[in-house]
Amino acid sequence: MHEQRSFKVFRWVTIIFLGAFTLVPLYVMVTSALKPLGDVQGAFHWWPTHPTLRPFVDIWSTVPLARYFVNSLIVCTVSTVLSVVIAIFAAYAVSRYRFRGRRLFTGTVLSTQMFPGILFLLPLFLIFVNIDKTLGFTLLYQTRVGLTITYMTFSLPFSIWMLASYLDGIPRDLDEAARVDGTSAMGALFRIVLPAARPGVIAVAVYSFMTSWGEILFASQMTNDSTKTLSIGLQSYSTQINVYWNQVMAASLVVSVPVVIGFLLLQKYLVAGLTSGAVK
Amino acid sequence: MTLTTRAEASQKPGTGRPARRRSLSWGRATPFLLVVPAVLLELIIHIIPMLVGVWMSFVELTQFFIANWSAAPFVGFGNYGIALDFSGSIGKSLVHSFLITCLYTVIVVAVAWAFGMAGALALQRRFRGQGTLRTLFLVPYSLPIYAGIITWSFMLQRDNGLVNHVLLDNLHVIDTPTFWLIGNNAFTSMAVVNIWRAWTFAFLMLMAGMQSVPDELYQAAAVDGAGTWKQVRYITLGVLKPVNVVLVLMLFLWTFNDFNTPFVLFGPTPPPSADIISIHIFSNSFVNWNFGLGAAMSVLLLLLLLVVTGIYLLVTSRRSRRA
Repeated sequence: MHEQRSFKVFRWVTIIFLGAFTLVPLYVMVTSALKPLGDVQGAFHWWPTHPTLRPFVDIWSTVPLARYFVNSLIVCTVSTVLSVVIAIFAAYAVSRYRFRGRRLFTGTVLSTQMFPGILFLLPLFLIFVNIDKTLGFTLLYQTRVGLTITYMTFSLPFSIWMLASYLDGIPRDLDEAARVDGTSAMGALFRIVLPAARPGVIAVAVYSFMTSWGEILFASQMTNDSTKTLSIGLQSYSTQINVYWNQVMAASLVVSVPVVIGFLLLQKYLVAGLTSGAVK
Repeated sequence: MTLTTRAEASQKPGTGRPARRRSLSWGRATPFLLVVPAVLLELIIHIIPMLVGVWMSFVELTQFFIANWSAAPFVGFGNYGIALDFSGSIGKSLVHSFLITCLYTVIVVAVAWAFGMAGALALQRRFRGQGTLRTLFLVPYSLPIYAGIITWSFMLQRDNGLVNHVLLDNLHVIDTPTFWLIGNNAFTSMAVVNIWRAWTFAFLMLMAGMQSVPDELYQAAAVDGAGTWKQVRYITLGVLKPVNVVLVLMLFLWTFNDFNTPFVLFGPTPPPSADIISIHIFSNSFVNWNFGLGAAMSVLLLLLLLVVTGIYLLVTSRRSRRA
């Protein structure tokens, strides 16, 4: 299609500027991870002149990175699976039934999405501490259980909203036909609706996992040395005397690669899901 | 196999009816059973803590009472009085933090939206390398938040960072290395770092929104003599209106409530120029262990957000109804 010349200029200026803005930090992360400590302590150099894979070995011994990794993996996987299942049920109810309190439910759930995390952190901190005190043992405060339960709700509003709008796009005739044939509501959901909604479910799962993998605020107060997750653990590479910048970059790279690859592979589902709600 | 038998069964007269009646009587309870887990979870983690938070704002909840909350003395609006006493040091710093947050939000939302819009427009038509660029632009969004911010904090170091190296040695714009993470520069750094991530989300939403425009619309406009810019102005921007309403609200809420950027860049007590509201409340609560005051500030913040969001939704929905 024909384009005005000024638009072509605009396009290339935009691409070069935004490309550089996006790329430079990624470049710094990758190349600095390949530098020996001496090279990241002196003045910055664009090219790693003494490339080494040492930082990728050292990151595991400087701080207990493997422990943080496992903690993050457990908390994020469990909270993602549980919250996606809960969101599927709720979204199915919202999409297929007109029940009393439906608007109140969706309204409340969505509005919690806008509240600042700090609003919940203080009371939850207090509630967890006092429940543990009453129980006589540590169940919630600074444990993986407490963090998992908290994370389950973080993506729940968005997941319900996104899945409900996705389910709205699947013809009701499909599951109603199954229901007429005597299939239960659960049967229709699992055998008819869910297979058709798989892209939506994948998108929601990716979103949930990414949200909890990157969460910082609650992780900063609701974990201790043995339950710390990556988001807080990565800050342990700086000591009073030294910041191991090459290891920080290597560790950042290692913890990013799984989520970035997962996201890029599944992004088309997420894009479709994100906008199906917004465009309507 | 099962499908065919079921289809046959439904064709027999009479068999469909009792099944339907059963599903109807079940139907009344089903939606409630389905939402029970979500409601419970929301109650435990959001609703009850919120109510507890409101209660906390009315008691003197200092470190002595954190593990023994029932003993905390009731102080009425005392915490609110301290937070809103603008002649006192706590009230003054709260106002300062609020104003900085507003400025930060306006800048980040505006720039992130503009970048996202420019990027989405630039990649709208198919060309070689479009897919690669699109993927590249989405990387900052998919990166764990802290990984991106930590990288920036390395780049912004005075002695070994990239930013000073570029400005000093490559471009010769400055003569001496600058401190980017203290003083007033901290604000600029924080805004740039947040924009780096936020714009890619705007890009993602706007790009997806643009896909819903059929090519014929642009072709028809071109036939009528509209240039590329006019097409953008009258077709693309028009179609994106509903996306923009949601996008701007989301960007606003995320930026206004932003905790991650200052926390990873500066730690729990950022320099005054970067002391935005979430981390201000955080450090006031956890550094001084005064949860009552922190809760009062949180409630004030919540009220403000409710009012702003309410007005925003009212204005945007009225405008779209008129259109």
